[in-house]
Amino acid sequence: MEMKASFRISAGDFSLQAQMDTADRRNGILGASGCGKSMTLKALAGILTPDEGRIELGGRILFDSSAGINVPARERGIGYLFQNYALFPNMTTEQNIGAGLRGSKKEIRAQVETIMERLRLTELSGRFPSQMSGGQQQRVALARILVRKPEVILLDEPFSALDAFMQDAMQQELMEILSEYDGITVMVSHDRDILYRFSEKLFVMGKGCFLRAGTVKEIFADPVYKEAAVLTGCKNIGRAVRRDDHTMEAVSWGVTLHTSYILPAQFSHIGYRAHDFVPVYGARGENCIRFAQYEKAELPFEVNYYVAPERVEWKRGEMLSWFVQREDWPLLREKGVPDHLQFQEDKILFLREGL
Amino acid sequence: MRQLIEAAMALDWRPLWISLKTGVLATAVCFVLGILAAWRVMYCRGKRRSILDAVLTLPMVLPPTVAGFFLLLFFSRRRPLGIFLFDHFGIKIVQSQAGCVIAAAVIAFPLMYRSARAAFEQVDINLLYAGRTLGMTDPEIFFKVILPCARPGITSGTVLAFARAIGEYGATSMLAGNIPGKTATISQRIAMVIQDQDYITAGVWVTVMLVIALIVLAAIGHISQGRDAGRGEQLWK
Repeated sequence: MEMKASFRISAGDFSLQAQMDTADRRNGILGASGCGKSMTLKALAGILTPDEGRIELGGRILFDSSAGINVPARERGIGYLFQNYALFPNMTTEQNIGAGLRGSKKEIRAQVETIMERLRLTELSGRFPSQMSGGQQQRVALARILVRKPEVILLDEPFSALDAFMQDAMQQELMEILSEYDGITVMVSHDRDILYRFSEKLFVMGKGCFLRAGTVKEIFADPVYKEAAVLTGCKNIGRAVRRDDHTMEAVSWGVTLHTSYILPAQFSHIGYRAHDFVPVYGARGENCIRFAQYEKAELPFEVNYYVAPERVEWKRGEMLSWFVQREDWPLLREKGVPDHLQFQEDKILFLREGL
Repeated sequence: MRQLIEAAMALDWRPLWISLKTGVLATAVCFVLGILAAWRVMYCRGKRRSILDAVLTLPMVLPPTVAGFFLLLFFSRRRPLGIFLFDHFGIKIVQSQAGCVIAAAVIAFPLMYRSARAAFEQVDINLLYAGRTLGMTDPEIFFKVILPCARPGITSGTVLAFARAIGEYGATSMLAGNIPGKTATISQRIAMVIQDQDYITAGVWVTVMLVIALIVLAAIGHISQGRDAGRGEQLWK
């Protein structure tokens, strides 16, 4: 099945231009908070009405402003998992799951019981939402969606209401539950790790727009846009100027970098992941930055250094991050902090500003 | 005391029934209209919402006699609406029991409306959206989810509206008048017997009103207790 959506929504001084085509089963939308991720999902589900545009699902037109079509939410066959689950507080698990079903009492009961068994909810059938944990509530909310056999399931920041420990367990569980579901799922999150694990296809959003679409690996390897690079977790992003085919000046960091390959024609910034620096002792090699004015942050399983750029003036927020790789730990323990950090030319990301 | 009992024995009890009937009918009207209006206003945004809200709350802040004046203008048999009602349906509002109910309902309405609105505002809007994505129709969601969730607020609104309706004086006296056995409610009766310096009879009616007030207070207490019980931990008991 295929979903094609292209629409525009304005709300106050915020405007969203969505562009989302997918034929993949698992889709992720990565974006900072307030960029319009949830708004996109709400429009797909029919909770919000776009100002103009078109939404198509498997050949069925759900919304088309020029043809005056707007299929109401209850007929779209799209399930929506709300951030706070939105379980009906006055209903038990069983009643919640059966709330939207049509048919005889017996039929509804049979469907509800099947899904409760599948999601291990049978023991919780008489509980009210307030009597259940966050994880249990999420399972009920999923059951309530799955029982209707929707063509699409939208997951709105599904783990943000859970604590870190629960998040991991629930991710595992959600994957397991959804592995048997063969419709389209779209998960929205600001957490790149969750989406990296979940998605086949990833959409990256800037403020009110869709910046990129592609496989997860593609996007993490080449984010193209500065905003996308930040969202994929690139810690070091600085302005850069192309001097010639093999030379550029990383203006923000005060170093000149040389490459053996020909530089792309257009870029305004370069990005460099904090894990990719190579420590250098002794003489300064090519593409090195002096290791000076550093700050150290020791975390349980990683050590992070923050190094000052080689410019006369710089502000605290402009320091470069170096997350020491595990294999370099013995080296550092033995020889102390390095004299320089080296950029690996094949790890440099070439970026431009989106919109 | 003996005088009071004797007066009570000899009393014309019709004002009590008129008051109760007025109170119950007016509350029923307020209940339906208040909930509908509150739900409708929830769907409005911006300026329209503030204007609608102000109009619906107006009877609460206006002196009842002013409200009564407007009602009289509205329903007078020399005015279009009054003429229409009388000519087509033979309904007379002014100086009638229907007038009692309308006056009391108008004055008590804002209490019901505001309580219901506050109760609806507490309900998570996502419940409405969730219901829609689950295939429920809006009326279904309203009756099965929203209304039950808003029940404590709506119940206390109903009790408050009843209390206000049963004691209404100003607007009632203007619209319905004070006709013994027909439109004379307890409040109007009290005012009248005081004018006649009959403090004994007034005392009996005051006692009756006090009893009703106590029952209402007990009902409110009972409701709010039930509401807190649903909220889990209680700091003060």
